[in-house]
Amino acid sequence: MNTGLRFIATVALALVVAACARDVRDEPVAPSAPADGGISQTDRIDARDFSDARNLENPDSILSQRVIYFEFDRSDVRAQFRPIIEAHAAYMDANPSARVSLESHADERGSREYNLGLGERRGSAVRQLLSAGGASSGQMEVVSYGEERPVCRESNNECWQRNRRVEIVYTAR
Amino acid sequence: MSLKEKLSLDFVTTVKAIGWILVMGWLGTAPAHAQLRIEIVDGVEGATPVAVVPFVWAASQQAPATGVADVVAANLARTGLFEAIPRSQLIERPTEPQDVGFGAWRLVGADYLIMGRVVDAPDGPGLEIEYHLVDVNAETAVLSQALPVRPGGLRFGAHRVSDAIYEALMGVPGAFATRIAYVVVQDSGTDDEVFELIVADADGFNPQAVVRNSEPIMSPAWSPDGRQIAYVSFATGRSNIIVQDLYTGQNRVVSSSRGINGAPAFSPDGRFLAVSLSRGGSPDIWLIDLETNDRRQLTRHWSINTEPVWSKDGEVIYFTSDRAGRPQIYSIGRDGAGLARLTFEGEYNSRASVGLDDRFLALVHSPGNNDFRIGIYDRETERLRVLSDGRMDESPSFAPNGSMILYARRDNGRGELAAVSADGRVRQRLVNSEGDVREPAWSPLLR
Repeated sequence: MNTGLRFIATVALALVVAACARDVRDEPVAPSAPADGGISQTDRIDARDFSDARNLENPDSILSQRVIYFEFDRSDVRAQFRPIIEAHAAYMDANPSARVSLESHADERGSREYNLGLGERRGSAVRQLLSAGGASSGQMEVVSYGEERPVCRESNNECWQRNRRVEIVYTAR
Repeated sequence: MSLKEKLSLDFVTTVKAIGWILVMGWLGTAPAHAQLRIEIVDGVEGATPVAVVPFVWAASQQAPATGVADVVAANLARTGLFEAIPRSQLIERPTEPQDVGFGAWRLVGADYLIMGRVVDAPDGPGLEIEYHLVDVNAETAVLSQALPVRPGGLRFGAHRVSDAIYEALMGVPGAFATRIAYVVVQDSGTDDEVFELIVADADGFNPQAVVRNSEPIMSPAWSPDGRQIAYVSFATGRSNIIVQDLYTGQNRVVSSSRGINGAPAFSPDGRFLAVSLSRGGSPDIWLIDLETNDRRQLTRHWSINTEPVWSKDGEVIYFTSDRAGRPQIYSIGRDGAGLARLTFEGEYNSRASVGLDDRFLALVHSPGNNDFRIGIYDRETERLRVLSDGRMDESPSFAPNGSMILYARRDNGRGELAAVSADGRVRQRLVNSEGDVREPAWSPLLR
């Protein structure tokens, strides 16, 4: 490939990535281990104290992660996302006034109303795990948006992966 | 935005839309929204050549810029079955069959000739369209009629003329004097994202917003009399099913139970809504009696059961279920008896739309790759045929005469509408200059 072509390809790729990243609120990454024994440089809070509401905003705490991603037409929670759910279950168990909306989504493939059902099924799977971890059913509500609220709008595997998700949204902490 | 503000926005928009309906009689010349422009992608080989002579304007009011003949010629050409002979080749302008010089029209190549005039209604304030359909080769008038039109209703009158001509030539009613509903998302993906439910004439003219909201609007469905639309609104932050009267502007929430309230479909007699509710834990098909508000559960299964549509006689409901693993089309009696699986071909069949009779179902079909296309399932031969050629095609909706299937596709990440004839020969694109267009629903025949 000559230099000019390579440059054009690089710019095109950058544009695609930028276009895709623009509306992304959360990246589909596996939960990271709490750094330095959970002591953040900015605040002295224990990142592994899942009862502490400050950890919901602490990037060093797994509680700051609130998006669970799914495989196509599947609603089983993959092992890598279970620690996130367990942490939030512990938080809700310790904070009975906390309330979450489990906003559930599907990618654009297939029909819209079926995807509404698929989204709900994912939300219910997360709710069950939260419940098993100590959250009470009155603290949780599943709201499925199907494919109506994508975070990424390209028709490709990467975007579809980002859109198949359940967001744990705290309506009360 | 608070819930109250959202609801009041809904209401204000509704009142405005209804104001337009009253003022313009649905047939105004100043559309509030970008209009769909229908382009023929594929027509049939040997389309029938038709000459539509400009109609003589003999009414006391001023003639509109777009005449009856323009509307009729565009309608016929849009079907892909007819070819409108260019106006420059129209050699004479007869208004009556006895004025026609048949030999000259045969030289032009016209098989049929359409002519007429617009006069004041003999009684009352409206107009009357007098028109004739003439068979050039047989040298006879096939159809001669006078059609009364209400004030402001000339364009819709031209659609009715088109319907009658189509029926005389094709043996089935036309579907020109109908409307389509669809959802447009403006500023998609931004903080200003707005969902609009639009109703327009079937040729894309006169689009009017019926509802506008910052939260998603889904699944519009027509009542059998064309007066009401049921749809799904997320205005409260959850899904609700709303029924809205297009003429009075009144709307009411008919279902807001826990979980999903989705996929409304009016019964043929207009009394019931079939819906999908997940109040029992997973989506099941329910019937809501719109008079008594009674609701009855039709399916009971842990799988997803949604997208109900009624058979023409109202006795059977077709729906999507993934109870066998992947989505397929099933049928069940309105009394909950006689569950049967209809489709077996391919990995994915969903969201059926019923054709002129119950023989043909249009559906979303995927053979198992990443492509989703519009298929047509013939219940008599049990064969499924793929009609569209996109990768993200969805939401098929049959024209009330069964001739065309309107559907949504995606083009470069943007939604637009398209249509394909039930035999797959004719293709149209419905081009919209702005917004992300989706979920078309073709109205019943309007009387």
